[in-house]
Amino acid sequence: MSTTLAGMLFIASLIAAVALVWKPFGDHMYRVYSTTRHNRAERVIYRLLGVRADAEQSWGVYARGLLAFSVVSILVVYGIQRLQDKLPLSVGMKPVTDHIAWNTAISFVTNTNWQAYSGESTMGHLTQMAALAVQNFVSAAVGMAVAIALVRGFARRKAGTIGNFWVDLVRGTIRILLPIAFVGALVLVAGGLIQNFAGPHEVSTLTGGTQAITGGPVASQEVIKELGTNGGGFYNVNSAHPFENAATWTNWFEIFLILVIPFSLTRTFGRLVGQVRQGYAILAVMGVLALASVLLTNVFELSGNATVPQAVGAAMEGKEVRFGVSNSATFAAATTLTSTGAVNSFHDSYTPFGGMMTLVNMMLGEVAPGGTGSGLYGMLILAVITVFVAGLMVGRTPEYLGKRIGAREIKLASLYFLVTPALVLVGTAFAMGSAEQRASMFNSGPHGLSEVLYAFTSASNNNGSAFAGLTVNTPWYDVALGLCMVFGRFLPIILVLALAGSLAAQAPVPAGAGTLPTHRPQFVGMVVGVTIILVALTFLPALALGPIAEGLS
Amino acid sequence: MDRMPGWLRQHLAALRAVAVLTVLLGLVYPLVTTGVAQALFHHQANGSLVEGGHGSSLIGQSFTDADGNPVRKYFQSRPSAAGDGYDPTSTSAGNLGPEDVIDTPDRKSLLTQVCTRSKAIGELEGVSGARPYCTPDGVGAVLKVFPDKAVSVNQACPAVPFVATYEGRRVECARPGEDYAAGRTVPVRGDATAVVPADAVTASGSGLDPHISLAYAELQAPRVAKERGLDQAEVERLIRQHTTGRALGFMGEPAVNVLELNLALDRS
Repeated sequence: MSTTLAGMLFIASLIAAVALVWKPFGDHMYRVYSTTRHNRAERVIYRLLGVRADAEQSWGVYARGLLAFSVVSILVVYGIQRLQDKLPLSVGMKPVTDHIAWNTAISFVTNTNWQAYSGESTMGHLTQMAALAVQNFVSAAVGMAVAIALVRGFARRKAGTIGNFWVDLVRGTIRILLPIAFVGALVLVAGGLIQNFAGPHEVSTLTGGTQAITGGPVASQEVIKELGTNGGGFYNVNSAHPFENAATWTNWFEIFLILVIPFSLTRTFGRLVGQVRQGYAILAVMGVLALASVLLTNVFELSGNATVPQAVGAAMEGKEVRFGVSNSATFAAATTLTSTGAVNSFHDSYTPFGGMMTLVNMMLGEVAPGGTGSGLYGMLILAVITVFVAGLMVGRTPEYLGKRIGAREIKLASLYFLVTPALVLVGTAFAMGSAEQRASMFNSGPHGLSEVLYAFTSASNNNGSAFAGLTVNTPWYDVALGLCMVFGRFLPIILVLALAGSLAAQAPVPAGAGTLPTHRPQFVGMVVGVTIILVALTFLPALALGPIAEGLS
Repeated sequence: MDRMPGWLRQHLAALRAVAVLTVLLGLVYPLVTTGVAQALFHHQANGSLVEGGHGSSLIGQSFTDADGNPVRKYFQSRPSAAGDGYDPTSTSAGNLGPEDVIDTPDRKSLLTQVCTRSKAIGELEGVSGARPYCTPDGVGAVLKVFPDKAVSVNQACPAVPFVATYEGRRVECARPGEDYAAGRTVPVRGDATAVVPADAVTASGSGLDPHISLAYAELQAPRVAKERGLDQAEVERLIRQHTTGRALGFMGEPAVNVLELNLALDRS
C-alpha cells in the first residue's frame, strides 16, 4: 500500500471512530451535566468540600469559584515543584527554578501545558502525578464546565443562574475523564507505555556503552494529557518518546483521545438546547475546518517542498520512522486544532507551509474542534458573531437559539475574540523589539520570527506546542508567556460566563419569518467564512513575514 | 460554615477541592493504575527490557565504539540529537528549520549535517553518498550570489567550489570571517540522486527512535553479512523477522527494530 493511501485510511478511520462514539458519548455527557442526582462518591466529595451541591449559582459566583480554584491550583502546583526534593519519589530531582515553576504552574492550570522545562531532568515522579497530571484532569473539567454553563445560558429562560461550578467540576472529572483515563491508560501500557515508580536504571548497551532507561508513571499521565487536550509530556520530546507513544496504533489511539471530547460536546450541546440539529451544524463547521486543515498539512508535508526535505528526499527531520510523514502530520494538525499541544514530531523542522498550518490552526482560536470545552465555547462565540454579521446585512436584531444578540452580548463576544490576537501580536512585537529576546531564536531569518510567533500563539491560545528551537527557559520568556497563558485563558472564560449570565436572564424570542435558521448548510458556510476571514485579517501580515516568506523564498 | 461570608467560603471550598482532587487524581488514580498495569502487563509497564539486560526494545541505542565510530558488525541507528546521542535523560529533536542551509562558525546548518551524514554513510556502506543540494565534499551546496561574483558559502577556502561558474559569475570558496549576508541565497540542486535513505540522514523527533526504515536496513545488510561471515540471505531473513509492518495494514510505516535485530545477529 502506498504511503499516501495508508495515510488517508488513517485519517478516515479516525473520522469513523469519532463518528461512532459521537452520539452515545455526547448523550452520556448530556446526562452527566443535566441530571439532578448525585452519586455516593460525589456526595462524599461535596461534603469534604463544604459546598451545597443543589444550590445554583449566578454567573458571578460561578466565575469566582472557578477563579478561586485556579488560583489555589497555581499555588499548589508551584509549591510542589519548589519542594519536590523534600517529598517522596523525587528520584533525585532538585527544586524547580522559581521562574520555570511559575511558568509551569500557570501552564498546567490554564490547560496550556507549555513546557519550559525538560521533564526527564526536572520533574520528580510525585510532581508529575500529583501536581501536573491532576491539573490535566481538572483544567479540562474546568473548560467543559464553562462550555456547559454557556450552553445553559442559551437553554434557560429568565434564569438568574447558570449551574453550580463545583458540581460541574466534580462530575466532569469523575464521571467523564477518570473512567476513560483509567481504561485508556491500561490500553496504552499494553501498547508499550511504561507505568512504574522506578528512577533511571543504568544498562550497558550492546557495544559496551551505558544508557539510563527512565521510569515513571507515564501511561496514567499520557492518557489524560491527550483526553483533556492538555499536551504536557512526561518527557521533553513528548509523544515522540517511545515510552509515551510506543507503537503506530498507540499513535492512532492518542489522536482519537485528543478529538473525542471536543467533537462529542457538539452532541451534548444539541441535547442541552433541545435541538439536536443545532449540534450537527456546529459539528459540521468544526468538521469542515478540521478536515481541510488535516489534509492540507498532509499535502504540504508529503510533498516536502523546501531545500532540506528535498535534499533528504522526505520531510523526515524531527519525525519517527514508525509514524512516518503522514501520521506525524495528522497528529500535528490534531494537536493544534485542539488546544492539546502534544507533539509526536517536531514542528520546527516541518516544511514552511506544513509548519504554517500548525500556526494557522491555533490562530483559528482552536475551535475546530478546539480544547475540551474551550473549543465549544469558542465556536459558539463565532456563531454569535456570525449571526451578528448576518443581522447587519439584513438590518435585523440578530438572534441565536432564540436569544437576542443585543449590544451587551455582542460586546462580550467581540472582546472575547480580541483577547488572544492582542496577546499574540503584542507579545511577539515586544520579543522581536528586543535584541536580548531575539537571541533566543535558534533559527535565523523568517524561521526565527516563526519560532517567536509560534511561542506567543501557542501560549495565548493555551495550546502548548512549540517550534522547539526557541530557548524559552529564560526569566523574560517564562514571565511573558506565563502572562499570555493566564490572560489567554481566564479573560475569555470570564467573558463567556458573563455572556452565559446575560443570555440566561433573557426570555426566548419565538422564531419569526426574519430569523436566520442556524442549522442549515448556509449557516455552516457562513460560520466557516467568518472564522477564516477574521483570522486572515488578524494574522496574515505576521504570517507573511514568517512562514510564507520562508516558503516562497 | 453558613455564618462565613460567601467569598471566603468560596476560597475554602477551592482549597478543599484542590486537596481532595489531588489525593484522588494525583495519588489514588496513578497508584491503582500502576498496580493493575504491573499485574496485567508487567513487561511493558517496566520498559520492555530485552533479554540479557542490554536496554529496552523501545529505546534506540548508538552502535558505536568509544570514539563514536560505527561498529561494523552492527546495524546502525539513525542520527540522534538526544544528548551525545540516544541519551534518555536528555531527549531532544534537532529543531532546525527546512531552509537552514548556511553554516555559521558556531554550528553546521541542517543541510550540511544531512550532506555530511550521507557522505559518511556512503563510505561506510560502499555506495554513493551523493544527494541533491550537496557538494561532493559533503556540505550544503549553497551559493551567495552578488552582482560580480558568487560564493559557495559552506565551502571554506581552500576548498574547491562545487561549480566553477554560476550564471556567468565566477564562484569562489568562502573566506572565513567574511560576511556574506548581503548576497542572495541560492541552494543548487545538482543532478545527484540519493542512494542513502531519508531516515539515515535525519535526526528523529525523540532522539531515541528505536527503528530504521526497511531501505536503510537493506543498505546495511551486505556490510553486516560480510563482517560476520554470514550469508546475506540469512541477514535479510533476520531483517524481515524484526520488521513491524503497518498496524492493521494502514497505521504508521514499516520499521526495523535495530536493537532487536542486532541482538538476533549476536545470537545466530
